[in-house]
Amino acid sequence: MSVVATETLRERYERVAAGGELADLWRRLRRNRAAVVGAGIVLVFVLLAVLAPVLVPYNPIQGNLNDRLLPFSGTHWLGTDELGRDLLSRILYGARVSLQIQIVAVVLALIVGVLLGSLSGYLGGYVDSLIMRCMDILLAFPGIFLALGIIAALGPGLVNLMFAAGISSIPQFARIVRASILSLKEREFVEAALALGSGSSRIMFRHLLPNCLAPIIVQSTLRMATVLLTASGLSFLGLGVQPPTPEWGAMLSNSRSYLIVAPHVATIPGVAIMVVVVGFNLFGDGLRDTLDPRLRQ
Amino acid sequence: MIAYILRRLLMLVPVLFGVVLVSFSLLHLVPGDPAQIMAGEVATAQDIARIRAEYGLDKPLVVQFGHFVWNAARGDFGISIQSRHPIKELLFQRLTFTLQLSLASILVASTIGLLAGMISSTRQYSVFDTASMLGALFGISMPIFWLGILLILVFAVKLHWLPSGGTGSLRYLVLPAIALGSASAAVIARMTRASMLEVARQDYIRTARATGYAERVVIFRHALKNAMIPVLTVFGLEFGYMLGGAVLTETVFSLPGIGRLLVEGIFMRDYPVVQGAMMVVGTTFVLVNLLTDVAYAFFDPRIRYD
Repeated sequence: MSVVATETLRERYERVAAGGELADLWRRLRRNRAAVVGAGIVLVFVLLAVLAPVLVPYNPIQGNLNDRLLPFSGTHWLGTDELGRDLLSRILYGARVSLQIQIVAVVLALIVGVLLGSLSGYLGGYVDSLIMRCMDILLAFPGIFLALGIIAALGPGLVNLMFAAGISSIPQFARIVRASILSLKEREFVEAALALGSGSSRIMFRHLLPNCLAPIIVQSTLRMATVLLTASGLSFLGLGVQPPTPEWGAMLSNSRSYLIVAPHVATIPGVAIMVVVVGFNLFGDGLRDTLDPRLRQ
Repeated sequence: MIAYILRRLLMLVPVLFGVVLVSFSLLHLVPGDPAQIMAGEVATAQDIARIRAEYGLDKPLVVQFGHFVWNAARGDFGISIQSRHPIKELLFQRLTFTLQLSLASILVASTIGLLAGMISSTRQYSVFDTASMLGALFGISMPIFWLGILLILVFAVKLHWLPSGGTGSLRYLVLPAIALGSASAAVIARMTRASMLEVARQDYIRTARATGYAERVVIFRHALKNAMIPVLTVFGLEFGYMLGGAVLTETVFSLPGIGRLLVEGIFMRDYPVVQGAMMVVGTTFVLVNLLTDVAYAFFDPRIRYD
């Protein structure tokens, strides 16, 4: 049985009075070790991406052909790539590019997905059927295929990559919000708002959507991981970010020819992608465990 | 059960129509004149006119869509601009290979995933459980293409145990199947563990234990059967998602699958091939999902009455 169900009014008052709901949430999140590790990784990733221009020791675009494929050293901590560019500088700038793609794609998917999901769940009927069938169509293409189709039509490049990754993530947001709205709109507080004469938009924005925030936050965090995998996959195929812009997937693609002579060039960008994805997955799972009352023990 | 299948088939119609519409729209969403883009940058006016006539791009959009639907229903996607081969043949060859790869991958994923999940659930919070769930976390977080590169580096370049790419005997499928199946193995392991732990809390399992059955009998005869129902859905979903992951695996290992055909089509601006590949993959994925739903309803009758 959940804490929420058994908690007395007095206990709840004491809990909230001790520091509010947010503080309570923060306390529970801090107790989840996996979430703390995930949040730490995400924080370091964001800091490195934001501070990349200050931190990079060399120009990430220009290299010295005399310094090609150098191993780890004091001058080049992570070595150099096939064009003599400093790998550490490219990894740090790559973090910046990745974060940019993740934020734009997830925000695009979030705005469109939440809008469609809310309309679908609240209005129901034909609108619901139409929107959900459209989402089913987008979900009919497995994994990276939908993004590939969009890139095929619009052409490769950073902006189109963000757009393709964003469009591919819309159905997940729409479905989650629709499901939440469907269960919330039958609750007493919505009936009370209706009885008090609240209009549809007020009910939607003041009562329903704020109550859907928890699943939206969790989905956004987990989607950051998926978008990074999709975007780096498309760049690996040569259909995403174009050279010489440093992007981790594209860096891996270029390094394949030098597997035998410089395996570190093919290892470091992969480690970077994996660590960041692990971070977002851990943080997302932790948030879900913290925010979902059904999982509270 | 038949009513359920018919209902699901009926729901399939708008989705399949949508798959056809999306595949058709690809060519018409391209900025500029599709015929000129397909003909290439150095094409003459005659070349462009020929392509426009050959692919019916001079007709009204509605007529073009009608032709596309009619031809797609017969499996006819025309001739590839680059190879001049019938696209139907190309798609058939490439899809056959991708399905073989996906089957090999699901074999790898199910063997590793089921074993790890079952052992983890019977030894909850043990070292094995922690290690396998940590492995599962890395499995779902590792980019397929990077894992492929690492496998080539270790097993082909350093140890010379397996080929780094290409086709031939079953040996050629081992590394691609591991690369493609690892993420699914992680998902299946997590799902099996969660499902087994959930079933282990049920009253009938407690009763079986109290009756004096050996733990092995309780697990294999009573718990496993019911725990497998949700895992079955994951199997179907993962098989579908492997079609998506195949694009990257086929590129890393230079395999002649439908994913690579699609990527080559995009680079060569061979839009009829791109349209055909999108349609075939979309339809296959939808059908696999339908089969999964039917199988789920067969094993869990409650689903049929939802």
